[in-house]
Amino acid sequence: MNAPHQNEGVIPDALATELTGAEIVVRALRDEGVEVIFGYPGGAVLYIYDELDKQDAIQHILVRHEQAAVHAADAYARATGKVGVALVTSGPGATNAVTGIATAYMDSIPLVVISGQVPVALIGNDAFQEVDTVGITRPCTKHNFLVRDVRELAQTIKKAFYLAASGRPGPVLIDIPKDVTAKRCPYEYPEKVLLRSYKPTIRGHSGQLRKALGLMAEAERPLFYTGGGVILANASVPLTRLVRHFGAPITQTLMGLGGYPANDPQFLGMLGMHGTFEANMAVQHCDLLIALGARFDDRVTGNLAHFAPHAKIIHVDVDPASISKNVKVDVPVVGDLGSVLEEMLDWVQESGLHGNGPALERWWQQIEEWRSRDCLHYEQGESIIKPQYVIQKLHELTGGDAIVTSDVGQHQMWAAQFYGFAKPRRWINSGGLGTMGFGLPAAMGAQLAEPSATVVCITGEGSIQMNIQELSTCQQYKLPIKVLCLNNGYLGMVRQWQEFFYEERYASSYMDALPDFVKLAEAYGHVGLRAEKPSEVEPVLKEALRLKDRLVFMDFLVDRTENVYPMVPAGAALSDMILV
Amino acid sequence: MGQSHIISVLLENEAGALSRVAGLFSARGYNIEAMTVAPTHEPSVSRMTILTHGSAEIMEQVLKQLNKLVEVIRVQDLSDGPHIERELMLIKVHAVGSDREEVKRLADIFRGRIIDVTDRSYTIELTGTGEKLNAFLHALDPGMVIEVVRSGASAISRGAKSI
Ligand SMILES: Cc1ncc(C[n+]2csc(CCOP(=O)(O)OP(=O)(O)O)c2C)c(N)n1
Repeated sequence: MNAPHQNEGVIPDALATELTGAEIVVRALRDEGVEVIFGYPGGAVLYIYDELDKQDAIQHILVRHEQAAVHAADAYARATGKVGVALVTSGPGATNAVTGIATAYMDSIPLVVISGQVPVALIGNDAFQEVDTVGITRPCTKHNFLVRDVRELAQTIKKAFYLAASGRPGPVLIDIPKDVTAKRCPYEYPEKVLLRSYKPTIRGHSGQLRKALGLMAEAERPLFYTGGGVILANASVPLTRLVRHFGAPITQTLMGLGGYPANDPQFLGMLGMHGTFEANMAVQHCDLLIALGARFDDRVTGNLAHFAPHAKIIHVDVDPASISKNVKVDVPVVGDLGSVLEEMLDWVQESGLHGNGPALERWWQQIEEWRSRDCLHYEQGESIIKPQYVIQKLHELTGGDAIVTSDVGQHQMWAAQFYGFAKPRRWINSGGLGTMGFGLPAAMGAQLAEPSATVVCITGEGSIQMNIQELSTCQQYKLPIKVLCLNNGYLGMVRQWQEFFYEERYASSYMDALPDFVKLAEAYGHVGLRAEKPSEVEPVLKEALRLKDRLVFMDFLVDRTENVYPMVPAGAALSDMILV
Repeated sequence: MGQSHIISVLLENEAGALSRVAGLFSARGYNIEAMTVAPTHEPSVSRMTILTHGSAEIMEQVLKQLNKLVEVIRVQDLSDGPHIERELMLIKVHAVGSDREEVKRLADIFRGRIIDVTDRSYTIELTGTGEKLNAFLHALDPGMVIEVVRSGASAISRGAKSI
């Protein structure tokens, strides 16, 4: 750290105790325990890159596009629960990062993004590679900072990590002008931050908790509805205990999958637009809806006026602004889900409260009737590969324990419906923003977080091409990701909407001139495999999983016009499902 | 349209804080009729007064979303209790001939002060609630008004307690 520098205006005898801004950035990241960062260099961040190169406590992953750096950092955070870190340069580096930041923001993922900025004196002058990064990212970050003085750098970094990870997590951006990274000041990393204006609530109100539990004990048709908040709060263990204790059914949002074991009989599958028949019917008929870490998104609720019409609603969330935003709630509880659920379990123990036996039995009878509809049924014939079949086989061969990232479209919904996640932090997808191009860089972040895990990127031939350049990054760092492409030759989800709602006019949803993905994978130095017949599906999957240290791109030529069922048309009530 | 509300916000006196609040209102489609901001007796804290309207549900969201901003220290809907509202208006009017006496009389009735005079115009300073300022404007012949500048409301609760 004491290497000489050619920085202007430095007093020589201060060298030993003072650090440059760039040194401070690297030291602070180390003091935060950061092990991996994802980034792309450019003029404004070269002092920082220079420092990164002098140490090896932090590994820097050089991506091929800044969007991928942020997605990778995001997935690293989703897989580990730690704060993900990305580093980009000013101007185009920062604007390329915006999609990644917005993706993380919508899914409440803890990230710190460091962007370079032009020197302080040039800010506002339309300097080369200048954009108003804090202005652009203000609406899609939890908070952001422009650091104009090197003396504020260390504490700003501390604040950024604290804000990103606490309360409702989210991305925080720190914009650092180039000259700030060259200036020197004494380094001291604060132990704690105190922000008088920011105090997230951790413990739920005990009275409200007891009221909620009382309702759970009385309810005749209770239903748990849980979301990404359970995953973020690492609350799946107490959740599972509580749900089993009350013997009630549970459904999850796209973001919540894995929060409760999918193979458990109390689990009804996902709810919402592509939710199961039994889950959506249960929502529409329950008399108590227990919403935990979920936010009543429009893709979940369908037509709000008809949502859960018979239910009292309990809503536990760390963000008070999520409560009663879309749906009026009867028992609101603000707090960290881990802490709230543990306290609930304690009170259940103490009070002896339990589920309403005889009524629950009738409720389960009704649910089993809905379940027997077998709404996810498909027929795998001899000649054409059904996309659902590929996912189901993947589940069987990996025991539901792979880390699965996905892009956006039909393949994402089939992954959610058919993979059956056994554990939290195994399902990594862009639920809120729905960002095509997320899957491959996300798989890189997940693979770096869990080097020995099987990481599968479930994608479509449309989405994969939005960040396919990352195959090069995967080669550089030898990331043995399994890319599972459900190649239907269409922007399938768009085609499905056009089939249902635009009288089968397929405007721009057919992709001509697709590359040969097998050759493309090989060109990047990876293994490419293709399956064209149902009988080839299992051998291809097995071969890919056998090649533990190679990236394998599996191109599955699947039924081109298969649709995702059930489907609740946008704006319809949840019970108005289009079924197979 | 919903009821009018006066919302007081204490926030860190930092670059960007104001645009965060303004951005929140525009991004979420909340109304702003007026907004004032200036530092308080504590230089690191600014106080903002926002005049807005909306249903009870929207107001609940407005308060929660404001509270969620990292730089916001405290938020209160002053309309929930007794409060005092004041706005400053400077208004320049044509004043020639018999109009000069008429305008002066009107300004007196509203307890306004004439603070600048030319042979053809008066500039009047008036403080009060938004309603009072509106009433004064209505009382003037619209053809007389040259220009109007209003500060937007500042407001404070009655009694000894602070926000
Ligand atoms: C960046 C971006 N652009 C556009 C969309 C709109 N969109 C949603 S799904 C979809 C089609 C995805 O096609 P593909 O990746 O081939 O997956 P499939 O639906 O066929 O499984 C599109 C274009 C999006 N979600 N993200």
